Amino acid sequence: MAKRTVVPFGPQHPVLPEPIHLDLVLEDERVVEVIPSIGFIHRGLEKLCEIREYPEMVYIAERICGICSFIHGQTYCQAVEGVMKIDVPERALFLRTIWAEMSRIHSHLLWLGLFADGFGFESLFMHSWRVREKLLDIVEETTGGRVIFGTAKVGGVRKDIDNLTLNRIKGELKNIEKQCRELTSVFEKDDSVKRRTKGVGILKKEDAVALGAVGPTLRASDVEWDARKLGYAAYSKVDWQIVVEKDGDCYSRCIVRCKELYQSFNIIYQCIEKIPDGPIDVKVTGSPNGEYFARTEQPRGEVIHYVKANGTKNLARFRVRTPTFANIAPLVKMLEGCELADVPVIVLSIDPCISCTER
Amino acid sequence: MSIMKITKVVLRSVLSRPATRLYPFVKRPFFKNTRGHISIDIEKCIFCGICQKKCPSDAILVTKASKEWQIDRLKCISCSACVEACPKKCLSMENEYSSAVIKKDDVDKFKQKEKPTEEINQQ
Repeated sequence: MAKRTVVPFGPQHPVLPEPIHLDLVLEDERVVEVIPSIGFIHRGLEKLCEIREYPEMVYIAERICGICSFIHGQTYCQAVEGVMKIDVPERALFLRTIWAEMSRIHSHLLWLGLFADGFGFESLFMHSWRVREKLLDIVEETTGGRVIFGTAKVGGVRKDIDNLTLNRIKGELKNIEKQCRELTSVFEKDDSVKRRTKGVGILKKEDAVALGAVGPTLRASDVEWDARKLGYAAYSKVDWQIVVEKDGDCYSRCIVRCKELYQSFNIIYQCIEKIPDGPIDVKVTGSPNGEYFARTEQPRGEVIHYVKANGTKNLARFRVRTPTFANIAPLVKMLEGCELADVPVIVLSIDPCISCTER
Repeated sequence: MSIMKITKVVLRSVLSRPATRLYPFVKRPFFKNTRGHISIDIEKCIFCGICQKKCPSDAILVTKASKEWQIDRLKCISCSACVEACPKKCLSMENEYSSAVIKKDDVDKFKQKEKPTEEINQQ
């Protein structure tokens, strides 16, 4: 048996934008055991519900994560609306869906860039982010913020997009989609991408289910599960299929995200066609009393917001289970038996968002 | 050849205009909706303090006695909750981002001018 060495990986590491720490136990160049540790950027956001009133908590929920901010806000709103039994107007649900899908597209493009950067394909990284910038312009035009949308609120949305703008956005999105197709064809077919990702970090179907993987990590392992099929917001009113890949390696996880891009574009087009006219919010009065679990699909996987209220303006308990937290156990499984040089690629392939995880 | 797949993307990028701007000379235009910074029409303000109450980051301080309204630009998260809450509509969200502050406790202060006493008596 070769001599074992322990190599610390992170929390500060060139490929990791966020602090996760892994102790890699190596035999020569091969990883035999991984001990993850998190807790470097705990901010105690959930505790803030005791001093902030429930409508203000939306802003805090949105700031749990910088990339999937809108979906966090949306999920929190869904949870409070569930407690208070509020019927959100149809138009608000469609607008939420449009913004949620926009945030999914920009998150996936960001991830594709970071992933390319992870295996040293700088040029592809730049091109991904160039395309993403175009989408961020649309986001800023419609919401006012580039990454913190700030449009979700309990009882609806805060801003409306008029139908004329929606139709113009559709044209612009078609243009972005065209650029995405060129970009993803590189991820799908390029030899250097395939060599770094194919057969690396395999997560078998049984393991993915047993360890509770979520999101693209789960779908790449041939499990057909997407929280959007629960039919929240307007997802039950549009026609879409779950993207599934069979191999469960880094390449599959990349392809799942590439295909989800087009699915998101498709959902937005359908929403723009079907969006009804009407009010965008309902007036919310009173205080919530009760508890609720809200589940939505984030770019990284399924997020759960748990809200417990006791009849006052402040919530009694607010708890978030973020997708990256669920994906850390599968990540440890993937890393076992891989080469040291592949560790960054595998860690990035679950799209880790440690700020989300620690809140 | 699969290894040349990126060539198409690169060539298009080389032949098209740059995706970036020559910043100090070409500035990025703001959108109508861009949340930049809060501005106040202090003469219209009635110092009710609702904006201070609604602010999720405690950036606003309203002093009724001295007729002062102040905002900590570093604390402000530009959510425009105060703009929506203002009963007199004297707060507004401007498109330009707020400029840099030098000190951490540097706050923007706005003070209402003293009105002539006659005018107050008439009201």
